[in-house]
Amino acid sequence: MSAPSPVKTGPSPAADPPFPERVAHRRRSLRRRYGHPAFYLFPLPALVLYVIFFAIPTVQAFQYAVTDWDGYSADYDSVGLDNFGQLAGGDDLFSNAMSNSLKFMLVVVVLQTLFSLVLASMLTRNSRSSTLLRAVFFLPTILSSVSVAFVWKFIYDPNFGLANGALEGVGLDALTSSYLGDDGKAIYFLALTQVWFHTGQMMVIFIAGLQQIPRELYEAAAIDGVSRWQRFRHVTWPMIAPATSIVIAYTTIQSFKAFDLVLGLGGNPPQGSLDILSTRIYTSFANSEFGYAAAESIVFMALIALVTVIQRRTVKLTQSGA
Amino acid sequence: MGSRIGRRALLGVYAALVLVPLLVMLAGSFKSTSDLFSNPFSLPEEWRFSNYSEVLGSGDLSTAFTNSAVVSTCSVTLTLLLGSLAAYGVARIPGWPGWAVYGFLVLGMSVPAQANMIPQFVLFDVLGLTDSLTGLVLINIVSTLPVAVFILAGFMRALPREIYEAAALDGVGPWRTYRSITLPLSLPSVAATAIFLLVIHWNELLYPLLFINDPEKRTLPLALLNFQGEFLTNYPLLFTGVVVASLPLVVGYIFLQRFFIAGMTAGSVKE
Repeated sequence: MSAPSPVKTGPSPAADPPFPERVAHRRRSLRRRYGHPAFYLFPLPALVLYVIFFAIPTVQAFQYAVTDWDGYSADYDSVGLDNFGQLAGGDDLFSNAMSNSLKFMLVVVVLQTLFSLVLASMLTRNSRSSTLLRAVFFLPTILSSVSVAFVWKFIYDPNFGLANGALEGVGLDALTSSYLGDDGKAIYFLALTQVWFHTGQMMVIFIAGLQQIPRELYEAAAIDGVSRWQRFRHVTWPMIAPATSIVIAYTTIQSFKAFDLVLGLGGNPPQGSLDILSTRIYTSFANSEFGYAAAESIVFMALIALVTVIQRRTVKLTQSGA
Repeated sequence: MGSRIGRRALLGVYAALVLVPLLVMLAGSFKSTSDLFSNPFSLPEEWRFSNYSEVLGSGDLSTAFTNSAVVSTCSVTLTLLLGSLAAYGVARIPGWPGWAVYGFLVLGMSVPAQANMIPQFVLFDVLGLTDSLTGLVLINIVSTLPVAVFILAGFMRALPREIYEAAALDGVGPWRTYRSITLPLSLPSVAATAIFLLVIHWNELLYPLLFINDPEKRTLPLALLNFQGEFLTNYPLLFTGVVVASLPLVVGYIFLQRFFIAGMTAGSVKE
């Protein structure tokens, strides 16, 4: 806000008003345009902390990413894009974590969206039993990931666990498994835990979306005699588009960040079959590969952004295309 | 008719899937290991409180509990204070400057913690803020400011402009308008944000894991994670730890469900 020179303050009236009045007038018009100057002080404390402890470190991650810094040596070298080259080509640990992250994300997004939508559609009415069930389904959301991990460690325990115990109890011995001990399937069992953890939270978003659909639409559909599937496809699904986008975007990001759950169930550092990108970055960091971990974190950020964009496009397509 | 029975069955099964593991855990915290393994679904053969005295008596978990309480309370209060000030500012600055400041602050929501944690660690280390509860409070504040501003500014922008015009006519300054008008009117969103922040800060693991080495400074999730290494398959003891760590939020949830659900949803609805 540079103060304009007095000469340029608009067309001046034939007889200039006295000086103090002119100042008062200009102040009024500035205020109308930019608001009270004090407004700019309100975000200041937050901005200062945010810039120093959040924004600058985010930018620095890019600087670290092109170095071989180990975190404590005074000097380090710029290695250009070598870190990224290694990530793209020769790092089995990273590609393993990448593939686990994607498998985990896919299963969680599909199952969690499906389950939360089905549950939401059954609990849309605000009856007493619905409210109670919603509260029950939501409960896991407020627990810590480490707590959830311990509960599921016991469920999945191959020798004493609930899952195998229950399967044997109903004579389905054939379905028993070593769960997290089965390297090929461990990541999917981890995904089930995540779904159990957060389905209730997403259900609430769907309920809010479903409750906003006008009844008349369903009545009109009933008069036209459309099938249940058609009613869902042409009334419900397009109407809950905003809720679906939110649920899918949130679930995706949440699944990429499922850091605590992995450490709780897979140990620290986690076993390879459960290692996802967020834990991989942490492990590199803990091994004092600061520069390399920073490069991993940038790929991680880019991947989340990319997946979010692709999903948004996909959801839009299914909703607009009749 | 068939569909109604199907609906009930499905809801019942899902409710069991949620509740049974939690009840097994709760009952398990009063059992011996052999009792838990042989009768996981039943009540304890004999109620043992020794798990609790062991877990709390060793000091580790009670220290962690106090640390978590201190860190969470301070983090929530300060994030709300700074966040509501910023939200008020951006809601009242007219035109693009208000949106620019808002956009800059809210952009932080799309930066995953793993992306900037390394430079953050270096910075906190240099400033002597590792192994310190103050450091944890500070990192909690900056990492959740974006979402707090997002929720609060959304609410404050929706308040009718006439309120502000009337306040200005009465000669009420910006600060008093914030304190006596905007803040009281925004109470529902402040409460929702407070609960959302409390759940995040109480359960936060990443930052304590990065910043804390000193056992005396551990918070609950970190102390629990260390438990795992110590008591590998002593499930009753692990479960006792989980009960102790979860109790405050679960009790709060039982009485304030509606606020918890509103809060956790407000935080997830970002667009």
